Amino acid sequence: MSKFKKKKTGLPALSTASLPDIVFMLLFFFMVTTTMRETDLLIDSPRLPSANEVKKLERKSLVSTIYVGKAKDAKYGTGYNRIQLNDKIATPEDIPSFIYLERDNVSEAEVPFMTTSIKADRESSVGTLADIREKLRDVNALKLSLSVNKGSSIRK
Amino acid sequence: MARRENPEINAGSMADIAFLLLIFFLVTTTMDVDSGIPKKLAEKQPENQEKPLIKEKNIFQVSINRNNQLLVEDRFMELKDLKDAAKKFIDNGGGTGNPMPGKEVGTTCDYCKGERDPASSDHPNKAIISVESDRGTEYGTYVAVQNELLRAYTELRNRLSQEKYGMSYDELEKAFIDSARKDESLRKKVEDIKDSYPQIISDTDPTNVQ
Repeated sequence: MSKFKKKKTGLPALSTASLPDIVFMLLFFFMVTTTMRETDLLIDSPRLPSANEVKKLERKSLVSTIYVGKAKDAKYGTGYNRIQLNDKIATPEDIPSFIYLERDNVSEAEVPFMTTSIKADRESSVGTLADIREKLRDVNALKLSLSVNKGSSIRK
Repeated sequence: MARRENPEINAGSMADIAFLLLIFFLVTTTMDVDSGIPKKLAEKQPENQEKPLIKEKNIFQVSINRNNQLLVEDRFMELKDLKDAAKKFIDNGGGTGNPMPGKEVGTTCDYCKGERDPASSDHPNKAIISVESDRGTEYGTYVAVQNELLRAYTELRNRLSQEKYGMSYDELEKAFIDSARKDESLRKKVEDIKDSYPQIISDTDPTNVQ
Protein backbone atom coordinates (compact mmCIF):
# COMPACT_ATOMS: atom_id res chain seq x y z
CA MET A 1 0.00 0.00 0.00
CA SER A 2 1.46 3.24 -1.02
CA LYS A 3 1.41 6.28 1.10
CA PHE A 4 -0.56 8.26 -1.36
CA LYS A 5 -3.70 6.58 -2.34
CA LYS A 6 -4.19 6.74 -6.04
CA LYS A 7 -7.12 8.89 -6.93
CA LYS A 8 -9.94 6.98 -8.39
CA THR A 9 -9.66 7.26 -12.08
CA GLY A 10 -12.85 7.90 -14.03
CA LEU A 11 -14.55 10.69 -15.85
CA PRO A 12 -14.80 13.88 -13.88
CA ALA A 13 -18.35 15.08 -13.48
CA LEU A 14 -19.38 17.19 -16.42
CA SER A 15 -20.00 20.71 -15.35
CA THR A 16 -23.48 21.77 -16.22
CA ALA A 17 -23.13 25.17 -14.66
CA SER A 18 -23.33 26.95 -17.97
CA LEU A 19 -26.47 25.13 -19.02
CA PRO A 20 -28.81 27.58 -17.31
CA ASP A 21 -27.00 30.42 -19.04
CA ILE A 22 -27.54 28.91 -22.43
CA VAL A 23 -31.15 28.19 -21.72
CA PHE A 24 -31.66 31.69 -20.39
CA MET A 25 -30.16 33.09 -23.54
CA LEU A 26 -32.64 31.15 -25.64
CA LEU A 27 -35.40 32.17 -23.28
CA PHE A 28 -34.63 35.84 -23.62
CA PHE A 29 -34.50 35.48 -27.36
CA PHE A 30 -37.98 34.03 -27.41
CA MET A 31 -39.30 36.53 -24.90
CA VAL A 32 -38.12 39.39 -27.05
CA THR A 33 -39.23 38.08 -30.43
CA THR A 34 -42.51 36.70 -29.25
CA THR A 35 -45.88 38.07 -30.03
CA MET A 36 -48.58 36.47 -28.01
CA ARG A 37 -51.57 35.09 -29.78
CA GLU A 38 -54.05 37.83 -29.20
CA THR A 39 -57.27 36.08 -29.94
CA ASP A 40 -58.47 32.57 -29.61
CA LEU A 41 -59.51 31.46 -33.01
CA LEU A 42 -63.12 30.43 -33.11
CA ILE A 43 -62.74 29.40 -36.70
CA ASP A 44 -60.47 26.78 -38.12
CA SER A 45 -57.11 28.31 -38.74
CA PRO A 46 -57.58 29.71 -42.24
CA ARG A 47 -55.63 28.10 -45.02
CA LEU A 48 -54.38 31.23 -46.66
CA PRO A 49 -54.02 31.43 -50.41
CA SER A 50 -50.49 31.77 -51.68
CA ALA A 51 -49.08 34.62 -53.72
CA ASN A 52 -45.71 36.15 -54.37
CA GLU A 53 -46.46 39.82 -54.90
CA VAL A 54 -46.68 40.57 -51.24
CA LYS A 55 -45.80 43.40 -48.93
CA LYS A 56 -44.84 42.89 -45.35
CA LEU A 57 -47.19 44.33 -42.80
CA GLU A 58 -45.28 46.83 -40.79
CA ARG A 59 -46.19 48.34 -37.47
CA LYS A 60 -48.22 45.54 -35.97
CA SER A 61 -49.94 47.84 -33.52
CA LEU A 62 -51.74 49.54 -36.37
CA VAL A 63 -53.07 46.33 -37.83
CA SER A 64 -56.49 45.00 -37.04
CA THR A 65 -57.26 41.52 -38.20
CA ILE A 66 -60.47 40.07 -39.52
CA TYR A 67 -60.60 36.31 -39.82
CA VAL A 68 -62.83 34.58 -42.31
CA GLY A 69 -63.25 30.85 -42.38
CA LYS A 70 -65.13 27.84 -41.14
CA ALA A 71 -66.42 28.03 -37.59
CA LYS A 72 -65.12 25.41 -35.20
CA ASP A 73 -68.44 25.24 -33.48
CA ALA A 74 -71.13 23.75 -35.69
CA LYS A 75 -73.81 25.98 -34.22
CA TYR A 76 -72.55 28.82 -36.39
CA GLY A 77 -73.09 26.78 -39.53
CA THR A 78 -70.66 24.81 -41.61
CA GLY A 79 -69.85 27.23 -44.42
CA TYR A 80 -66.47 28.79 -44.95
CA ASN A 81 -67.78 32.31 -44.64
CA ARG A 82 -67.91 33.00 -40.94
CA ILE A 83 -66.31 36.23 -39.84
CA GLN A 84 -64.45 36.51 -36.58
CA LEU A 85 -63.81 39.86 -34.96
CA ASN A 86 -61.92 39.89 -31.69
CA ASP A 87 -63.25 36.98 -29.71
CA LYS A 88 -66.54 36.26 -31.32
CA ILE A 89 -68.17 35.25 -34.54
CA ALA A 90 -69.74 38.31 -36.04
CA THR A 91 -71.66 39.56 -39.02
CA PRO A 92 -70.51 42.25 -41.43
CA GLU A 93 -72.75 44.71 -39.56
CA ASP A 94 -70.41 44.50 -36.57
CA ILE A 95 -67.39 45.63 -38.53
CA PRO A 96 -67.84 49.41 -38.15
CA SER A 97 -67.94 49.19 -34.36
CA PHE A 98 -64.93 46.88 -34.44
CA ILE A 99 -62.99 49.44 -36.45
CA TYR A 100 -64.01 52.26 -34.12
CA LEU A 101 -62.85 50.24 -31.14
CA GLU A 102 -59.51 49.61 -32.83
CA ARG A 103 -59.18 53.29 -33.56
CA ASP A 104 -59.55 54.13 -29.91
CA ASN A 105 -56.30 52.32 -29.24
CA VAL A 106 -54.13 54.52 -31.42
CA SER A 107 -53.48 58.20 -31.50
CA GLU A 108 -55.45 60.30 -33.90
CA ALA A 109 -52.47 61.07 -36.09
CA GLU A 110 -51.94 57.42 -36.81
CA VAL A 111 -55.48 56.56 -37.81
CA PRO A 112 -54.82 57.03 -41.55
CA PHE A 113 -52.03 54.46 -41.36
CA MET A 114 -54.19 51.78 -39.85
CA THR A 115 -54.46 48.67 -41.93
CA THR A 116 -57.06 45.99 -41.86
CA SER A 117 -55.65 42.59 -42.55
CA ILE A 118 -58.07 40.02 -43.84
CA LYS A 119 -57.11 36.45 -43.12
CA ALA A 120 -59.53 34.45 -45.14
CA ASP A 121 -59.63 30.79 -45.97
CA ARG A 122 -59.00 30.13 -49.60
CA GLU A 123 -62.32 28.38 -49.90
CA SER A 124 -64.34 31.28 -48.59
CA SER A 125 -66.16 33.32 -51.16
CA VAL A 126 -65.62 36.72 -52.66
CA GLY A 127 -69.12 37.74 -51.56
CA THR A 128 -68.02 37.81 -47.94
CA LEU A 129 -64.98 39.84 -48.87
CA ALA A 130 -67.19 42.27 -50.75
CA ASP A 131 -69.45 42.68 -47.72
CA ILE A 132 -66.45 43.39 -45.51
CA ARG A 133 -65.05 45.81 -48.05
CA GLU A 134 -68.28 47.73 -48.21
CA LYS A 135 -68.48 48.09 -44.44
CA LEU A 136 -64.85 49.18 -44.25
CA ARG A 137 -65.50 51.78 -46.88
CA ASP A 138 -68.42 53.09 -44.83
CA VAL A 139 -66.11 53.86 -41.91
CA ASN A 140 -63.26 55.06 -44.11
CA ALA A 141 -60.86 52.27 -43.22
CA LEU A 142 -59.36 52.18 -46.65
CA LYS A 143 -56.07 50.39 -46.23
CA LEU A 144 -56.48 46.72 -46.68
CA SER A 145 -54.17 43.78 -46.80
CA LEU A 146 -55.24 40.39 -48.03
CA SER A 147 -53.14 38.07 -45.99
CA VAL A 148 -51.45 35.31 -47.95
CA ASN A 149 -48.72 32.77 -47.61
CA LYS A 150 -45.68 33.81 -49.47
CA GLY A 151 -45.10 31.21 -52.11
CA SER A 152 -45.37 30.28 -55.69
CA SER A 153 -47.79 32.27 -57.71
CA ILE A 154 -49.82 30.00 -59.90
CA ARG A 155 -51.57 27.77 -57.44
CA LYS A 156 -54.70 28.86 -55.90
CA MET B 1 -12.19 25.48 14.96
CA ALA B 2 -12.14 25.52 11.23
CA ARG B 3 -13.85 28.40 9.56
CA ARG B 4 -17.12 27.35 8.10
CA GLU B 5 -17.37 27.88 4.41
CA ASN B 6 -20.56 29.29 2.99
CA PRO B 7 -22.43 26.34 1.68
CA GLU B 8 -22.73 26.46 -2.05
CA ILE B 9 -26.21 27.00 -3.37
CA ASN B 10 -27.31 24.13 -5.49
CA ALA B 11 -28.13 25.59 -8.87
CA GLY B 12 -28.97 22.30 -10.44
CA SER B 13 -32.66 23.07 -10.71
CA MET B 14 -32.11 26.45 -12.28
CA ALA B 15 -31.80 24.85 -15.68
CA ASP B 16 -35.09 23.08 -15.16
CA ILE B 17 -36.88 26.29 -14.31
CA ALA B 18 -35.38 28.06 -17.27
CA PHE B 19 -36.36 25.18 -19.52
CA LEU B 20 -39.90 25.36 -18.25
CA LEU B 21 -40.12 29.03 -19.12
CA LEU B 22 -38.43 28.44 -22.42
CA ILE B 23 -40.89 25.76 -23.40
CA PHE B 24 -43.78 28.00 -22.42
CA PHE B 25 -42.54 30.73 -24.73
CA LEU B 26 -41.78 28.25 -27.48
CA VAL B 27 -45.35 27.05 -27.39
CA THR B 28 -47.13 30.39 -27.19
CA THR B 29 -44.98 32.07 -29.76
CA THR B 30 -46.08 32.78 -33.29
CA MET B 31 -43.23 33.40 -35.62
CA ASP B 32 -45.23 34.25 -38.70
CA VAL B 33 -44.30 37.38 -40.54
CA ASP B 34 -47.54 38.83 -41.69
CA SER B 35 -47.50 39.57 -45.33
CA GLY B 36 -50.30 40.21 -47.72
CA ILE B 37 -51.46 41.74 -50.94
CA PRO B 38 -51.93 45.43 -50.31
CA LYS B 39 -55.16 47.00 -51.47
CA LYS B 40 -56.48 50.47 -51.27
CA LEU B 41 -60.22 50.93 -51.22
CA ALA B 42 -61.83 53.77 -53.05
CA GLU B 43 -63.46 56.38 -50.90
CA LYS B 44 -67.17 56.27 -50.60
CA GLN B 45 -68.73 58.34 -53.33
CA PRO B 46 -71.79 60.49 -52.84
CA GLU B 47 -74.95 58.94 -54.23
CA ASN B 48 -75.40 61.34 -57.10
CA GLN B 49 -71.78 61.27 -58.18
CA GLU B 50 -71.50 61.15 -61.93
CA LYS B 51 -69.43 58.31 -63.20
CA PRO B 52 -66.31 59.47 -64.98
CA LEU B 53 -66.31 58.75 -68.66
CA ILE B 54 -63.75 56.14 -69.52
CA LYS B 55 -63.19 54.87 -72.98
CA GLU B 56 -64.00 51.22 -73.35
CA LYS B 57 -60.59 50.55 -74.85
CA ASN B 58 -58.87 51.74 -71.70
CA ILE B 59 -60.58 49.13 -69.58
CA PHE B 60 -59.23 45.63 -69.27
CA GLN B 61 -62.14 43.58 -68.10
CA VAL B 62 -61.40 40.47 -66.06
CA SER B 63 -64.37 38.46 -64.88
CA ILE B 64 -64.27 35.42 -62.66
CA ASN B 65 -67.35 33.26 -62.53
CA ARG B 66 -68.52 31.07 -59.69
CA ASN B 67 -66.78 28.08 -61.19
CA ASN B 68 -63.52 30.00 -60.89
CA GLN B 69 -63.14 30.41 -64.64
CA LEU B 70 -61.68 33.53 -66.13
CA LEU B 71 -63.25 35.66 -68.81
CA VAL B 72 -60.82 38.27 -70.03
CA GLU B 73 -62.00 40.83 -72.56
CA ASP B 74 -64.89 38.48 -73.44
CA ARG B 75 -62.69 35.47 -74.03
CA PHE B 76 -61.96 32.49 -71.86
CA MET B 77 -58.47 32.50 -70.51
CA GLU B 78 -56.29 30.33 -68.33
CA LEU B 79 -54.81 31.90 -65.24
CA LYS B 80 -51.29 31.35 -66.53
CA ASP B 81 -51.94 33.55 -69.58
CA LEU B 82 -53.42 36.41 -67.60
CA LYS B 83 -50.15 38.09 -66.71
CA ASP B 84 -48.97 38.38 -70.28
CA ALA B 85 -52.33 39.60 -71.49
CA ALA B 86 -52.37 42.26 -68.79
CA LYS B 87 -48.83 43.30 -69.64
CA LYS B 88 -49.72 43.63 -73.27
CA PHE B 89 -52.69 45.79 -72.41
CA ILE B 90 -50.90 48.09 -69.96
CA ASP B 91 -47.86 48.50 -72.13
CA ASN B 92 -49.74 49.18 -75.35
CA GLY B 93 -49.29 52.94 -75.46
CA GLY B 94 -51.62 53.59 -78.36
CA GLY B 95 -52.35 57.25 -77.69
CA THR B 96 -51.79 60.13 -75.32
CA GLY B 97 -52.13 59.66 -71.61
CA ASN B 98 -53.20 61.78 -68.70
CA PRO B 99 -50.72 64.50 -67.79
CA MET B 100 -47.93 63.19 -65.59
CA PRO B 101 -47.71 64.84 -62.16
CA GLY B 102 -46.22 68.29 -62.52
CA LYS B 103 -46.87 68.44 -66.25
CA GLU B 104 -49.55 70.34 -68.10
CA VAL B 105 -50.34 68.11 -71.01
CA GLY B 106 -50.37 64.41 -71.51
CA THR B 107 -47.83 62.81 -73.76
CA THR B 108 -47.57 59.59 -75.63
CA CYS B 109 -45.91 56.76 -73.80
CA ASP B 110 -42.29 56.91 -74.96
CA TYR B 111 -41.13 54.04 -72.76
CA CYS B 112 -43.83 51.58 -73.73
CA LYS B 113 -42.78 48.65 -75.85
CA GLY B 114 -46.27 47.54 -76.79
CA GLU B 115 -47.84 47.23 -80.18
CA ARG B 116 -49.41 50.70 -80.12
CA ASP B 117 -52.68 49.18 -81.15
CA PRO B 118 -55.24 51.99 -81.41
CA ALA B 119 -57.93 49.62 -80.16
CA SER B 120 -56.14 48.97 -76.87
CA SER B 121 -55.11 51.22 -74.01
CA ASP B 122 -53.77 54.74 -74.64
CA HIS B 123 -51.25 55.02 -71.88
CA PRO B 124 -50.30 53.10 -68.73
CA ASN B 125 -51.74 55.87 -66.59
CA LYS B 126 -55.06 55.58 -68.35
CA ALA B 127 -55.19 51.81 -68.42
CA ILE B 128 -57.65 50.49 -65.90
CA ILE B 129 -57.92 46.87 -64.94
CA SER B 130 -61.35 46.02 -63.72
CA VAL B 131 -61.87 42.78 -61.83
CA GLU B 132 -65.38 41.54 -61.58
CA SER B 133 -66.22 38.46 -59.63
CA ASP B 134 -69.23 36.52 -58.60
CA ARG B 135 -70.26 36.32 -54.97
CA GLY B 136 -69.63 32.61 -55.14
CA THR B 137 -66.13 32.89 -56.54
CA GLU B 138 -63.53 31.25 -54.36
CA TYR B 139 -61.33 33.65 -52.47
CA GLY B 140 -58.25 31.69 -53.46
CA THR B 141 -58.92 32.27 -57.14
CA TYR B 142 -59.59 35.92 -56.54
CA VAL B 143 -56.27 36.33 -54.78
CA ALA B 144 -54.46 34.40 -57.52
CA VAL B 145 -55.91 36.77 -60.13
CA GLN B 146 -54.89 39.84 -58.12
CA ASN B 147 -51.44 38.36 -57.79
CA GLU B 148 -51.07 37.79 -61.52
CA LEU B 149 -52.14 41.36 -62.25
CA LEU B 150 -49.67 42.75 -59.74
CA ARG B 151 -46.98 40.59 -61.28
CA ALA B 152 -47.66 42.18 -64.65
CA TYR B 153 -47.09 45.61 -63.13
CA THR B 154 -43.98 44.50 -61.29
CA GLU B 155 -42.40 43.11 -64.42
CA LEU B 156 -43.09 46.30 -66.34
CA ARG B 157 -41.76 48.47 -63.55
CA ASN B 158 -38.66 46.33 -63.21
CA ARG B 159 -38.00 46.55 -66.91
CA LEU B 160 -38.35 50.31 -67.06
CA SER B 161 -36.27 50.81 -63.95
CA GLN B 162 -33.54 48.59 -65.31
CA GLU B 163 -33.39 50.63 -68.48
CA LYS B 164 -33.49 54.02 -66.84
CA TYR B 165 -31.48 53.51 -63.68
CA GLY B 166 -29.65 50.25 -64.19
CA MET B 167 -31.31 48.49 -61.30
CA SER B 168 -34.65 46.77 -60.98
CA TYR B 169 -37.55 48.47 -59.28
CA ASP B 170 -37.38 46.02 -56.39
CA GLU B 171 -33.76 46.94 -55.74
CA LEU B 172 -34.54 50.61 -56.14
CA GLU B 173 -37.37 50.44 -53.64
CA LYS B 174 -35.26 48.46 -51.22
CA ALA B 175 -32.44 50.97 -51.45
CA PHE B 176 -34.93 53.73 -50.76
CA ILE B 177 -36.35 51.98 -47.72
CA ASP B 178 -32.85 51.20 -46.48
CA SER B 179 -32.07 54.90 -46.61
CA ALA B 180 -34.92 55.30 -44.11
CA ARG B 181 -37.03 56.90 -46.84
CA LYS B 182 -34.85 59.99 -46.74
CA ASP B 183 -32.74 59.86 -49.87
CA GLU B 184 -34.35 62.43 -52.13
CA SER B 185 -32.79 61.28 -55.40
CA LEU B 186 -33.96 57.76 -54.73
CA ARG B 187 -37.40 59.01 -53.82
CA LYS B 188 -37.60 60.79 -57.19
CA LYS B 189 -36.60 57.64 -59.01
CA VAL B 190 -39.09 55.46 -57.15
CA GLU B 191 -41.91 57.91 -57.74
CA ASP B 192 -40.97 58.28 -61.37
CA ILE B 193 -41.27 54.54 -61.95
CA LYS B 194 -44.45 54.39 -59.92
CA ASP B 195 -46.04 57.18 -61.94
CA SER B 196 -44.93 55.62 -65.18
CA TYR B 197 -46.80 52.43 -64.42
CA PRO B 198 -49.43 53.27 -61.81
CA GLN B 199 -51.33 50.28 -60.53
CA ILE B 200 -54.95 50.90 -61.34
CA ILE B 201 -56.89 47.81 -60.41
CA SER B 202 -60.49 48.32 -59.53
CA ASP B 203 -62.88 45.84 -58.02
CA THR B 204 -66.42 46.09 -59.18
CA ASP B 205 -69.12 44.92 -56.84
CA PRO B 206 -69.66 41.22 -57.28
CA THR B 207 -72.56 39.98 -59.27
CA ASN B 208 -74.89 37.36 -57.98
CA VAL B 209 -75.82 35.12 -60.83
CA GLN B 210 -77.85 32.14 -59.83
